[in-house]
Amino acid sequence: MNLKMKKMYKTTLMLLLAMLPISLFAQPEVEMADTLRSDGKIYVVVAIMLVIFLGLIGYLFLMDRKVTRLEKKMTEKDIK
Amino acid sequence: MKHSWWKFVSVVLLIYTIVGGLLFEVPRLNIVNETIRALYFHVPMWFGMVVMFLVSTIHAAKYLRKPNSVTDIQSVEFANTGLAFGLLGIFTGVIWANYTWGSPWHGDPKQNGAAVSILVYLAYFILRSSLENEEQRARLSAVYNIFAFAAMIPLIFIIPRMTSSMHPGSGGNPGFNMYDLDSSMRMVFYPAVIGWILLGVWIATLRIRTRLIEEKLFELEDEKNV
Repeated sequence: MNLKMKKMYKTTLMLLLAMLPISLFAQPEVEMADTLRSDGKIYVVVAIMLVIFLGLIGYLFLMDRKVTRLEKKMTEKDIK
Repeated sequence: MKHSWWKFVSVVLLIYTIVGGLLFEVPRLNIVNETIRALYFHVPMWFGMVVMFLVSTIHAAKYLRKPNSVTDIQSVEFANTGLAFGLLGIFTGVIWANYTWGSPWHGDPKQNGAAVSILVYLAYFILRSSLENEEQRARLSAVYNIFAFAAMIPLIFIIPRMTSSMHPGSGGNPGFNMYDLDSSMRMVFYPAVIGWILLGVWIATLRIRTRLIEEKLFELEDEKNV
């Protein structure tokens, strides 16, 4: 009985180990959000460029707002 | 903000340029390969520079007709923005040339002409900083500004077309014939040009507005000192 159990345990373990590579090979078929990794990862470059561009535009926008505020202050104080 | 709609147009056009410029179909050409996409980013720098310098020159002529410190400031700041565009054009060109022509500085007529016209405009700023008297500075630099623009036209637009240049559109051809096969490139290129020019105008107007505030504050202090 004990010996039989041990044998069963061994075969299950071996079966599981034998299946391991199968699960590894099967991995690419798992559905993932791979859009950003397709086409030579060009979308990553697009994203990076957009982040830099939008960051700079945001910075420019803030400067614009600051200048507008200063201009308002000047007219309020009636400086011509 | 109501009068700033064109700033949003600029941002939208440039977002479209980045996405479309990197992802849309382009002609498959040897040697240039994917770097053909640099056209969407490198060439608009020069369009931006020429437009900024043109506006600067118009203000310089305006100043000479009717001297006014505001016109002078407008002229300088547009030249300043134009210079920034020109330097970006040179640097992007250096990178592009390195990987397609084989060396960063190829001595290409257009490359040299662009470099010379940037030097001509650098001299404009040196001239300005070397004059103490404000009216003299404004008047002399306005005259020089017109000369600089007049010098830029043959350097960038005429000489490279008369000699053999590696740039497309040289040797007597009007530009972009090489890309005529694929008119889809124009769909990104023209919006890119408009977007970058509008962005340049935005930056220049910001600089002008800052300078005008500075000017008013200086005047205020002068009044206090009197």
